[in-house]
Amino acid sequence: MSQPAAPLPAISKAVIAVVKRDLLLAWKRPGDVLNPLIFFLMVITLFPLAMGPSTAEMQFYAPGALWVAALLATLLSLNSLFLSDFEDGSLEQMLVSPVPLSALALGKAWGHWLTTGLPLVIVSPLVAASFQMSLSVTGVLMLTLTLGTISLSQLGAVGAALTVGLNRGTSLLSLLILPMAMPMLIFGARTVSLVAAGDGIGGGVYFLAAFAVLMMTISPFATAAALRISNE
Amino acid sequence: MTTKLSATGLTLLRGERLLFRDLEFALNPGELLLLEGKNGSGKTSLLRVIAGLLEPESGEIRWDGKRVRSSRQEFQNAFIWMGHAVGMKNDLTLLENLQFEARLQSPSAAEFKEVLSRLGLNRLKNLPMRALSAGQRRRVALARLLLSEAAVWLMDEPVANLDTEGRKLVIDLVEDFLNSGGMVVMAAHQDVDVEAPTHTLELS
Amino acid sequence: MFKFFHKLASPPHFYELSEKMIPWFLFPAVLLIGYGTYMGLFVAPPDVRQGDSFRIIYIHVPGAYLSMMAYSTMAISAGIGLIWRMKLAHAVAAAAAPVGAWFTFIALVTGAIWGKPMWGTFWEWTDPRMMSELLMLFLYFGYMSLRAAIDDVGKADKASAVLALVGAVNLPVIHYSVEWFNSLHQGQTILADDGPAMGMDQLAPLLVNILGFSILFGALVLRRVRTEVLYRERHKRWVKKMVLAGNA
Repeated sequence: MSQPAAPLPAISKAVIAVVKRDLLLAWKRPGDVLNPLIFFLMVITLFPLAMGPSTAEMQFYAPGALWVAALLATLLSLNSLFLSDFEDGSLEQMLVSPVPLSALALGKAWGHWLTTGLPLVIVSPLVAASFQMSLSVTGVLMLTLTLGTISLSQLGAVGAALTVGLNRGTSLLSLLILPMAMPMLIFGARTVSLVAAGDGIGGGVYFLAAFAVLMMTISPFATAAALRISNE
Repeated sequence: MTTKLSATGLTLLRGERLLFRDLEFALNPGELLLLEGKNGSGKTSLLRVIAGLLEPESGEIRWDGKRVRSSRQEFQNAFIWMGHAVGMKNDLTLLENLQFEARLQSPSAAEFKEVLSRLGLNRLKNLPMRALSAGQRRRVALARLLLSEAAVWLMDEPVANLDTEGRKLVIDLVEDFLNSGGMVVMAAHQDVDVEAPTHTLELS
Repeated sequence: MFKFFHKLASPPHFYELSEKMIPWFLFPAVLLIGYGTYMGLFVAPPDVRQGDSFRIIYIHVPGAYLSMMAYSTMAISAGIGLIWRMKLAHAVAAAAAPVGAWFTFIALVTGAIWGKPMWGTFWEWTDPRMMSELLMLFLYFGYMSLRAAIDDVGKADKASAVLALVGAVNLPVIHYSVEWFNSLHQGQTILADDGPAMGMDQLAPLLVNILGFSILFGALVLRRVRTEVLYRERHKRWVKKMVLAGNA
């Protein structure tokens, strides 16, 4: 009755199944998608209030503000990534599933990006327009946000897996993830600023893409290991 | 003949406490392993060790003569876990939950219907899980067992908090499964009368 | 060979052996650091451009070097602990973290003190090395907080090991990105590191100090591992026996 280890099609099927399930859950609980989005907009609002109403300055700090807001909104949503699975026993079922846990972890991270990162990317042109960013700058912003949030979802999944079930989860998660998320912020925000200042798009985008690939490669395994440890 | 599922020298520490030391068992098709003991005696922990959810301090579990530690996935294909929590999403309907698991394991749709009606769950299948009572949830967990093709059932307190009818259902299902050559490891703090070859491990 | 390591990794044996080892680390460290610091502060000629204020490198550079080395020690031992399930390796990782964090702190503070005469300010956000060190300190904080948040020692060992390994993969990326950040709007760093190369009489004491600090790091980690081992094994018979005999 015992079968050999799961073949590749079964693995991709499992990744898709997890993504579908999490999308369905998000559909039934739209608040989980909306909250980070609203938080994102609120943090953006803080910047003009704190920095003063000069339009020229606004254009100068807008890329950074958008990026910081996106980073914080993603962090906020990460805490709940595995929490409900941990509480209702789904995580336990995943741990003993015939499908490799790293495949399920990859599915969870992609599910997180589709419900948190992608909505941020979609509303970002609106925010960019409010800061009077040009179309080409907005395009670069969306590109960097896409690549950056993909990495963040992957990296964040590791942190979320390490802290699931700990009662100081949220603040600890930020402490673990923020230092490692700096490269994304640096390359993302700086690339947008450079393009806004009239420079070429440069190597920043390549870096973000490479980092996203690196994270997608390591994170499923690290997340899987962390989930096993956290659930002991 | 090698035994199907066996363990040797299992020792587990939880924090400061030694739960068991040098524990061993051997189980063959058609047999039941009953883990008995008071609450907190380590029954659930032992079951979790077998399922690979807990790492023992020392000792080895073997499946088909092979160490589970080095071929974990193969053993995970062979057993199914029934824990305290059902492990399904409250916001999804019963059917949606089962469909998700089916995508990971792929039983046919015909079986689906048959199992649900056998457990009297058919009329509940479009309700969200949160609407189900504790007893109904237990039945859902049983449906998962029946839908899988696993060779081993690992069951943590399957008859706890069930009425007489519910207990009878669980025991009938377990007996059927054992008769068809399955293996069951069950943690129970009350007497369970299963008519099948039974090994008992008393934990204290 | 394997047997030797196995024996070394057994807690009572390690505890006994490490007691004899520590002086062999401590004395050379004190001698080297004493010699290196004396030579650096009093004998080496002043820098052409920076005068005497450059002498802080005899503390600053070893500190910065060890902040990196401690992280590698931590990540490598954590990896060994995770893969070969070696508890002593986890204890080494746990012991290396606070020592590394202190060295990072020393590097930051001496950097800031040095910054005052050089840059006219204690803190320069655009200096990539200061930024790298600061992020390094944050990484140490994250590692230590995760450890502190988990009650079960075995679980804390494994969880923090995963974090240390992910951190080790990210470290070069962080370092590179901070460099890139800086290179964009400044032709060169404020520190005159493209000036004339250090003379041998300036460099030698620095190398002596780096070696001395490294050995000191070894002694400090050993000392901490001993305490870790004692705490982790506090219910074992050998610890009780030793405590009762009065030589803990």
